[in-house]
Amino acid sequence: MKDIRYIFAIKEAMEEEMNRDENVFLIGEDVGLAGGSFGASKGLYEKFGPERIVDTPISELGFTSLAAGAASCGLRPIVEIMFMDFVTCCMDSIVNQIAKMRYMFGNQYTLPIVIRMPEGGGLNAGPQHSQCLEAWFAHVPGLKVVMAANPYDVKGLLKSAIRDDNPVIFIENKTLHAMKGSIPEEEYLVPLGKAEVKREGTDVTVVSASRLVNESLKAAETLSEAGVNVEVIDLMTIQPWDRETVYRSIGKTHRLVVAHEAVKQFGFGAEIVASVAEDILDELDAPIGRVGAPFVPASYSLEKYYVPNADDVKKAIMSTLERVF
Amino acid sequence: MGKPSKETMVKMYRTMVKIRKAEEKLMEVFSKGDILGFLHVSIGQEAAPVGICSHLADADYIATTHRGHGHAIAKGIDLKLAMAELFGKKDGYCLGRSGSMHLADKSRGIMGANGIVGGGIPIATGAAFAAKYRKTNQVAVSTFGEGATGEGAFHEALNFAAIKKLPIVYVCENNGWAEFSPHSIHMSIQSVTQRALAYDIPAVSVANNVLEIYEEAGKAVERARQGDGPTLIEVRSERWHGHYVGDAQKYRGKEKVEQAMTKDCLLDYEKELLQTNTLKKKDVEKINAEIGAEIEEAVNFARECPYPEVSEMMKGLYL
Repeated sequence: MKDIRYIFAIKEAMEEEMNRDENVFLIGEDVGLAGGSFGASKGLYEKFGPERIVDTPISELGFTSLAAGAASCGLRPIVEIMFMDFVTCCMDSIVNQIAKMRYMFGNQYTLPIVIRMPEGGGLNAGPQHSQCLEAWFAHVPGLKVVMAANPYDVKGLLKSAIRDDNPVIFIENKTLHAMKGSIPEEEYLVPLGKAEVKREGTDVTVVSASRLVNESLKAAETLSEAGVNVEVIDLMTIQPWDRETVYRSIGKTHRLVVAHEAVKQFGFGAEIVASVAEDILDELDAPIGRVGAPFVPASYSLEKYYVPNADDVKKAIMSTLERVF
Repeated sequence: MGKPSKETMVKMYRTMVKIRKAEEKLMEVFSKGDILGFLHVSIGQEAAPVGICSHLADADYIATTHRGHGHAIAKGIDLKLAMAELFGKKDGYCLGRSGSMHLADKSRGIMGANGIVGGGIPIATGAAFAAKYRKTNQVAVSTFGEGATGEGAFHEALNFAAIKKLPIVYVCENNGWAEFSPHSIHMSIQSVTQRALAYDIPAVSVANNVLEIYEEAGKAVERARQGDGPTLIEVRSERWHGHYVGDAQKYRGKEKVEQAMTKDCLLDYEKELLQTNTLKKKDVEKINAEIGAEIEEAVNFARECPYPEVSEMMKGLYL
């Protein structure tokens, strides 16, 4: 085992996959000479050269659709979008083209593309550099949406995403880039489409992804001192999400909290809750709890009050535990 | 590159006739309700796809537009399977899922028509990127109308292709109308070539004449294959019909439509072939009869194909 930061785990995943398959290349703004805005591709330009670590003009739509064309012709692009907020400039590319090209053309083309982007607050970067928009993509048939909460998962999930033949929206979290964790020296993969029980418990199930998994684990630790046993599920892939693991857990705890950093309204938690209500409402002993940012643009000066944290998860858990049908 | 051989000239005529007759037939069946959704025809603009695609092999790529039947036919699409797709049938290229605006044939490098104006331009540029990445000597062609040149996708793609010297030819069919509005609503410049020049991409504007287009396309494809980068060709064509079939074109006026229809690139080419004795009257008649029969056969094939089963709708979204 070795200790590694989240951002370098991303780099290792890309480097290993580029060594493994010459069709894999990285494209985006400042990914080459500069080594990536957050340093995810540091050293890769020197190793693989400008043909495979491709610096682009500031043109998210252009280079994302370019990746779609290249993927249709047999390459396996990794696209880096500097901030998730900027992905709004390439919605035609992702929603109208990439998500549909395989199905729409009668399975003639395959689009093995990974579009990486960091979301979330933590840098006091304000309304246009802090958004969490994963639910937009989870709503579009044809895309997979993956979110990683720690260095081990980000490396294993990214490697799986690069090998996947479907387009994958791969969402990192800016505050996690510096997070340290332990990973094996040898190669490993973390499968897409599988959730993981990150902490076992019997009293309440928290379903989460990305940074809020870590916040939920903190909340669970605090509550264990008060004798509350919280089960924390990390979805890891939010589209398609692992119903089996979630439903099994609810069958055990009979209480549910969903937690994400994105604004609460219409977030991916709403889909989890709706599905639970549709399929296994009778398993619940109490109304569910939801954690998400308030329904306003991300705040610059009040960010610490805006971004949900362990305390918010704790409150939601307590509120659910205090209620019964 | 120079002039086309006699054989190529005749082949180009055949293909232009095929596009014209196929689209006339499509208009007929569309008006009867055999084809659903929208239908955009390119009647009057057959010269451009034929002039360009005469220089391409199956392995070369093309990404086109919602008005893309002509390009697909010129690139060699199987008419029966294409017709089946337009009829929404299971045996169509896209399993009947997509229709006219999404015709694609991977085996011939046809990367799809596109329902989004300008959407195909960076996709074709990506095909050119892949060709260069793999050093395959393939060339990509992107076709679009002048209306698409107002889209960011156009500018972002051309900028990138110029920087990377990608093997691509951009073909703008400037038919004077972008959807329902004239040129003057869309740009203050006279020619789209000016836009290309801003990216240091060589550009030329040609008349709606298949031999002129053939000549310029030959140079552009050769430049791309030699690794000298992109070229833009503007073809000054005419749109005979509305934005879609059924568009009464009230915004345009009857006179202007009639005027456009007097300019017929197919008829002009036919006259030239007859005058130069490249074809005789009876050859022309024979070609027209043969193509007419081929189209009838394709339509009959499409009619007889089954529709996809409802149960097939959920299949194949993810691999």
